[in-house]
Amino acid sequence: MSAASARIPRRDFLKNSAAIGSGLCIAAYIPELAARTSGNPPSSGAVFAPNAFVRIAPDESVTIIANHSEMGQGVYTSLPMLLNEELEADWSKIKVEAAPVNAAYNHTAYGLQMTGGSTTTPSEWERFRKMGAMARLMLVDAAAQKWNVPASECTVEKGVVLHKSSGRKATYGSLVAAASQLRPPADIPLKDPKQFTLIGKPVRRLDTPSKTNGTAQFGLDVRLPGMLFALVARPPVFGGKVVSFDASEALKIKGVRVVEQIPSGVAVIATAFWPAKLGREKLKITWDDGENAHLSTPQMIADFSKQSASPGAVARKTGDPSAALSSAAKSITAEYDVPYLAHAMMEPLNCVVDLRADSCELWTGTQFETVDRANAAKTAGLAPDKVKLNTTLLGGGFGRRANVASDFVVEAVHVAKVAKAPVKVIWTREDDLAGGWYRPMWHDRFAAGLDASGNPIAWTHTIVGQSILTGTAFEPYGVKDGIDSASVEGAADLLYGIPNLQVDLHTPKIDVPVQWWRSVGHSHTGFSVESFFDEVAHAGGKDTCELRRTLLASQPRMLAVLNLVAEKAGWGKPLAPGRGRGIATHFSFDSYVAQVIEASVEKDGTVRVHRVVCAVDCGRTVNPDIVKSQMEGGIVFGLTAALKTEITLENGRVQQHNFYDYPMLRMFESPEIEVHIVPSEQSPTGVGEPSVPPVAPALTNAIFAVTGKRIRRLPIRASDLAAGSESKS
Amino acid sequence: MTSFFLNGKSVSVDEDPSTPLLWVIRDSLGLTGTKFGCGMALCGACTVHLDGAAIRSCVAPLSRVAGKHVTTIEGLSSDLSHPLQRAWIEVDVPQCGYCQSGQIMSAAILLKENPKPTDKDIDEAMSGNICRCGTYPRIRRAIHRAAELGVEKRTS
Repeated sequence: MSAASARIPRRDFLKNSAAIGSGLCIAAYIPELAARTSGNPPSSGAVFAPNAFVRIAPDESVTIIANHSEMGQGVYTSLPMLLNEELEADWSKIKVEAAPVNAAYNHTAYGLQMTGGSTTTPSEWERFRKMGAMARLMLVDAAAQKWNVPASECTVEKGVVLHKSSGRKATYGSLVAAASQLRPPADIPLKDPKQFTLIGKPVRRLDTPSKTNGTAQFGLDVRLPGMLFALVARPPVFGGKVVSFDASEALKIKGVRVVEQIPSGVAVIATAFWPAKLGREKLKITWDDGENAHLSTPQMIADFSKQSASPGAVARKTGDPSAALSSAAKSITAEYDVPYLAHAMMEPLNCVVDLRADSCELWTGTQFETVDRANAAKTAGLAPDKVKLNTTLLGGGFGRRANVASDFVVEAVHVAKVAKAPVKVIWTREDDLAGGWYRPMWHDRFAAGLDASGNPIAWTHTIVGQSILTGTAFEPYGVKDGIDSASVEGAADLLYGIPNLQVDLHTPKIDVPVQWWRSVGHSHTGFSVESFFDEVAHAGGKDTCELRRTLLASQPRMLAVLNLVAEKAGWGKPLAPGRGRGIATHFSFDSYVAQVIEASVEKDGTVRVHRVVCAVDCGRTVNPDIVKSQMEGGIVFGLTAALKTEITLENGRVQQHNFYDYPMLRMFESPEIEVHIVPSEQSPTGVGEPSVPPVAPALTNAIFAVTGKRIRRLPIRASDLAAGSESKS
Repeated sequence: MTSFFLNGKSVSVDEDPSTPLLWVIRDSLGLTGTKFGCGMALCGACTVHLDGAAIRSCVAPLSRVAGKHVTTIEGLSSDLSHPLQRAWIEVDVPQCGYCQSGQIMSAAILLKENPKPTDKDIDEAMSGNICRCGTYPRIRRAIHRAAELGVEKRTS
């Protein structure tokens, strides 16, 4: 498998699907469709809706219909920026609303309506500008016809069409009726990027005011008349089943209305959250633990390590690594482990369902509209067009809200069937952490051979971990020859020029549900590859930054990012006493990121992260301040994974419960973060995820620099670093 | 029946006095700006003011607030004019935004008690509030900015 085909499953898994390509853009051009999408059309007459993505009203308001979910990554600002770059309406008149579920809103590469893979901007970079340009051209035509002048003599400024020589002006709002009579133009030219006035500017986010006064509406905030609230008691072991239950005590709680078994457990339905929670505590359930009560994390780590001793399915092979290893002047080996991780979005999962005899309406913060609607329809026994799904704001997603089985949506429809009233299913923090769909645990075994000058000439990497896509509807798109591309991304597409290289994979089948988690496979390969690379540099007596430079000679974009971060971080310059510097690079979601972390380790092994310097090349930036905020956020997310969190199993039971044993990085631990963006005229690439993978290795490499101790398992434990603990290198 | 003042208005609710204030505010009184994150006072998403002190409403029983004044994010200002709201907008702090009501309510008490906080003061006052999106660097910047805006307000 080539490096290109081994990376980024979500970008690839539907590229070959017949669902994509023709049809999508055509659908976007049907005015009737756009008109139908209007939730609250203004009462003051016609609305100009030339396509599914924009609506202009006589009151001058411009509504942009966002087909990607806002989960913090700023798309409710960046998508309007793309569209309005061409529309040139008054930015202060822009409003955003979530798209309904419709094929017109499908991702341009995946053929599904969804948000993920750090692909919103790449998906919409051209389409949203075209949709804006289409509207502008029609508004200008409407004005030109009204004035009986050539359209080419008209210009546009802040939502006003101008005919300079005659001094005539018409606002977009005044042209709504006339423009609605016109046919969309066949040819929609776009601006030369040199003429951009909005793209590339640090425009303030449109959603910030509503997120500072409590008015932003998340799924958990949806309230329907007569709505009930439900919690579900789910099995303590994955795959467990209800044998029997006694609801008598639960039903005595004031406000508890219904206690019923559903496929995923027992639902307790009440007039509010609190009685539902009290009722669930009073439930007596006998569970059949099923097949998985033996699962234990230490045993799984041992099994993974044993498996990694022999090569698996080959994802990439270059040269003759085994011959090169045996002839090497020096060789080193190492094994790395990372745990299962929960997404732990601040807004726990929830879904509101209003199920009627012949229709169903849902409200939830989701990243996976097409799949969720189809699964909800199937569960309700309705045709998909009888199911309306409303996407709310997401209180964090990180991949959890793009579930291949629509677990939290399907379950809520089952609850609605027994509730016989509109119902909101809420997960508690404990439900969320124990609920599965984790980032897989992984084991990585490496060997490297160095020549007499300390240059790496051989590199082998055996990966052991569950497949995210195998067994799902997406398997045909992401799994080839037994290799899930998500399992080897960031490893099989290694950018370093090492002449003899092999990356192979074992995919154990374990009944712990796994899922993409911010940066997916890169979240583990970033750590293991960049840490082992550091080991290789040290083994060869090389400066870790310099060896990276040497082996990235044929990767100009990564080299530029590396040089920028080294310069900004002062690589090689003296540090405050007790501090060490670590460096890491990682290519993911088509973006190039490098980071330098300054850290120190206290006597008791506590790690202090002082400074993180990050450089990124993500192509042209739509909004540099949003790019910076995503880099900052990804760095904090990566530090939490490096320093804090693991999901472990004992007797098949998840050992973590809430933030006391699944802790998050907090303000006092949050370092100074500096982000530098490499100016670029290339097409935009991913931003939401690529800053996560280099964080852990930059930190563990810094820890090695200051202590001589090599961290090979995450999270980093103070006990591995406390004074007197043995160096592992 | 338990009566208290919510954002300056007298309210009465017929709920079990042991019900956490968070769910009274959200489910009984319909104000949803105060968020549920953990239910154990670990994340701060539910932070409100009780007689001028920051409390975690997810563990405060309704009985505790009887006759007292509770302020939620909705009561901080009617028009985004609070220095913290202005600073949050200027710095573009929120990402997903879910934790930000709690962050702002914690920061409001910090600034009330300490109009010119240092980084260390911010660490101490804000470390009970989790942000999974990682907006901490911007929260810090915005609190410093709000402190400046607060000074401007007082001197103007």
